[in-house]
Amino acid sequence: MGFFILRRVGIMLLTALCLTFLVFFLTNLYPNLEKLAKTQGNFRMSDEQVASFLEKGGYLQSTPIKYGEWLGVLPSYRYTNEDGTVQSRCILPGDTAEASPNFCGILQGYWGYSTYFENEVSAVIGKRLYLTGRLMLWVMVLMVPTALIVGVLAGMKEGSTTDRTLSAFAITTTATPEYVSGVIFIAIFTSSAVGLKWFKGSATQAMENPTFENFFLPVLTIALFGMGYIARMTRASMAEVMTTQYIRTARLKGVSFPNIVIKHALRNALIAPFTVIMLQFPWLLNGVVIVEILFNYKGFGWALVQAAGNNDIQLLMAISVVSVFVVLLTQLISDIGYVYLNPRIRIS
Amino acid sequence: MEPLTWTGSIAFLNPLLALALGLLALTVVLWMLAGIVLPEDQMAVNPDGTLNSNSGPRNLIQTALRFSFLASVSIAVAYIVLGILMGTNAGIIGAISQRFLPVWLSLIILYAMSNAFKRKLGLYGKLFDSPIGMVGFGLVMFWVFTGVFSALGLITTLDPLAVVSGMKNKVPGTPIPSLEDSQYAWYLLGGDNLARDVFSRMVAGTWEVIKIAPFATLFAFMVGITLGLPAGYYGGRLDTVLSFLSNLVLAFPVILLFYLLVTPEIVTTGLPSYMAAVLFIFPVIFLGVLLNSRFHTRPRVRTPLLIGVLGLAIWIYLSLISTNGYIVNAPAYNIPGLPKELDLVDFPLVVFVSVVFVNSPTVFRIVRSLTLDIKTRDYVAAAQTRGEGPWYIMLWEILPNARGPLIVDFCLRIGYTVILLGTLGFFGLGFEPENPNWGSTINDGRKLLSIYLHPVLPPALALLSLVLGLNLLADGLREESLKD
Repeated sequence: MGFFILRRVGIMLLTALCLTFLVFFLTNLYPNLEKLAKTQGNFRMSDEQVASFLEKGGYLQSTPIKYGEWLGVLPSYRYTNEDGTVQSRCILPGDTAEASPNFCGILQGYWGYSTYFENEVSAVIGKRLYLTGRLMLWVMVLMVPTALIVGVLAGMKEGSTTDRTLSAFAITTTATPEYVSGVIFIAIFTSSAVGLKWFKGSATQAMENPTFENFFLPVLTIALFGMGYIARMTRASMAEVMTTQYIRTARLKGVSFPNIVIKHALRNALIAPFTVIMLQFPWLLNGVVIVEILFNYKGFGWALVQAAGNNDIQLLMAISVVSVFVVLLTQLISDIGYVYLNPRIRIS
Repeated sequence: MEPLTWTGSIAFLNPLLALALGLLALTVVLWMLAGIVLPEDQMAVNPDGTLNSNSGPRNLIQTALRFSFLASVSIAVAYIVLGILMGTNAGIIGAISQRFLPVWLSLIILYAMSNAFKRKLGLYGKLFDSPIGMVGFGLVMFWVFTGVFSALGLITTLDPLAVVSGMKNKVPGTPIPSLEDSQYAWYLLGGDNLARDVFSRMVAGTWEVIKIAPFATLFAFMVGITLGLPAGYYGGRLDTVLSFLSNLVLAFPVILLFYLLVTPEIVTTGLPSYMAAVLFIFPVIFLGVLLNSRFHTRPRVRTPLLIGVLGLAIWIYLSLISTNGYIVNAPAYNIPGLPKELDLVDFPLVVFVSVVFVNSPTVFRIVRSLTLDIKTRDYVAAAQTRGEGPWYIMLWEILPNARGPLIVDFCLRIGYTVILLGTLGFFGLGFEPENPNWGSTINDGRKLLSIYLHPVLPPALALLSLVLGLNLLADGLREESLKD
């Protein structure tokens, strides 16, 4: 088991390296750098001005070298201006060249400086992740129990009335992407055209002061899209368990139906949904981006859109590192958890 | 011109519909409650061995449900039929049903033909045994026909890009103030915030989806199959490398990938064109290997067949990857491609490539795991003993036996692709700003959502019903294919 985890962590690191290099390569293509220079300086810069701006920032080196600098395994590029001052990504505003370290990458714990937010990336990421973490927490609190209950109730008696109604509900929610359900919710519950006005159409206030009124709709929108899929998986797994021999034995012994479901079937039926819930995270990340834009909640997904729209390289790199690690970690947890939950599988 | 009301002179149907819908809702609630609360109806065994089920309260509720459902459906059909006959006299609903006349006709013909020959049509025919599958198929075909006919210019009332002054944010049914000759006189579903016709844009947006989603999914399947079969069949190092690469793409959040790939800056570097050149070669390889492995023992059939099929495939390949006569047209350099005169298709290539790229790793994983399962079967061992080549076994023994799950996944994946296309449009990536695709329309309309609902709801509901239809179709297919 220890070796298995070690191997998985190794593969994980390799994947993360490849992916961050890919993002680095794409954001460092020349047209993107030109865009960065123009958003940093002004939009009427000539080609020579763009080139000199990029030269000063060290953007014109080859991509592997820049990537090494970002990682912190190569000394970072220094440019001496005409007045003798030295500029480098290691030298923060207010520091001198001598006092600053030569190496500054993520290995040294330095994530860079966000050109769009004009702040250190680690501060930006920390703040945005906190906001999105709160959103995700509530999504999980709403989504997981509802999905499991719906799935178990539907799969308990395959083909029954309850099963058909709940399956119809589940299939509708999987067919409704966030930008459709969110828009429909906003239209029904917040607009003055319908006139219900139960909730707020914007979650901006929820960043400081989340209440049911301004936070429920974004949470519901994300949770619904993921809910249907988990519910259907739970239903399939529950239906399969209910046809097994030991459940039949229990029924023939005369165990009451609620007892069969709760004591005998539930544990085995919940193994598969556990992996599904863990593997839902990449999709939830998508939902988060859409919903944060839709409801103007300035969290991680919103930062992603801003960083990508303005080619904020350092921030985009940090965002992709975080999201890739979230995805890979959940995959690892789902694999390990699967082994622990299911005694029939043992990895030697 | 008078503004149109929703139902016009068929308004007498409204109370009837309300009544029927009310009854339907009531019986559905009763039916659900009865399913939980009431005991199951007892079956009585007669002395001669037959079963007798007595009509308990459950049966009664079920009958009531059936009748109220039938009543609602027939009133809805009455709206459409009367609408077709009376046109704008029957209000907005009438006008819209009349505009959709070609779609209704095609649907009726399709269903009549399919039902008549359903025993000869294999899995497709069996679909008409499952109510869920039929409803799903109906929804999907409705939008497919709408897309095709709108491309032929039949359904749209006005130019989806044209701006008519004075129509900004007007409610559904507003007449156009200064009417030109032979122009449609109303904005059936109102105007958007740039004074364009919402109905025409919604219909035209259907074609944007229908022309990309099925083909992108098909290409993703061909890429996934061409790589997944050998990965599962040979295993070993090939499998390790390909699985690693597919996991790499899968670990990427889709939106980040779109934001990195589908921006104007990246397009100027020519990167999507290179990706297209690599990805789209797989269908050509797939077709070539498929036919060659089957017919290589009969060179007389094989050679002309391959020349014909591959010639056509390579032509399509070249016309797919070249736009305006160039494969790559970066400012610094260019690679000439197929001249414009021979170019068959004109696609938004970047969108197409990125959607194929996002979908193919998942297909790869499904095909790989199916192959791993099927290659242990006896018929594969038999083929190996006969001395068949590995590609013959993969493509003619394993692949046909994996078709059930693959067809079901194909339907689901088209739905997912529709959602992805909507996402791209929603973020304004890859499409022209005034393009009428559903995602962009939803994004345009959401800013004024608290006052004007009509620009947003039609595309949102259209997308919802198309994806729902695809999901139901997949469910029906799964049910029917498991029955064998």
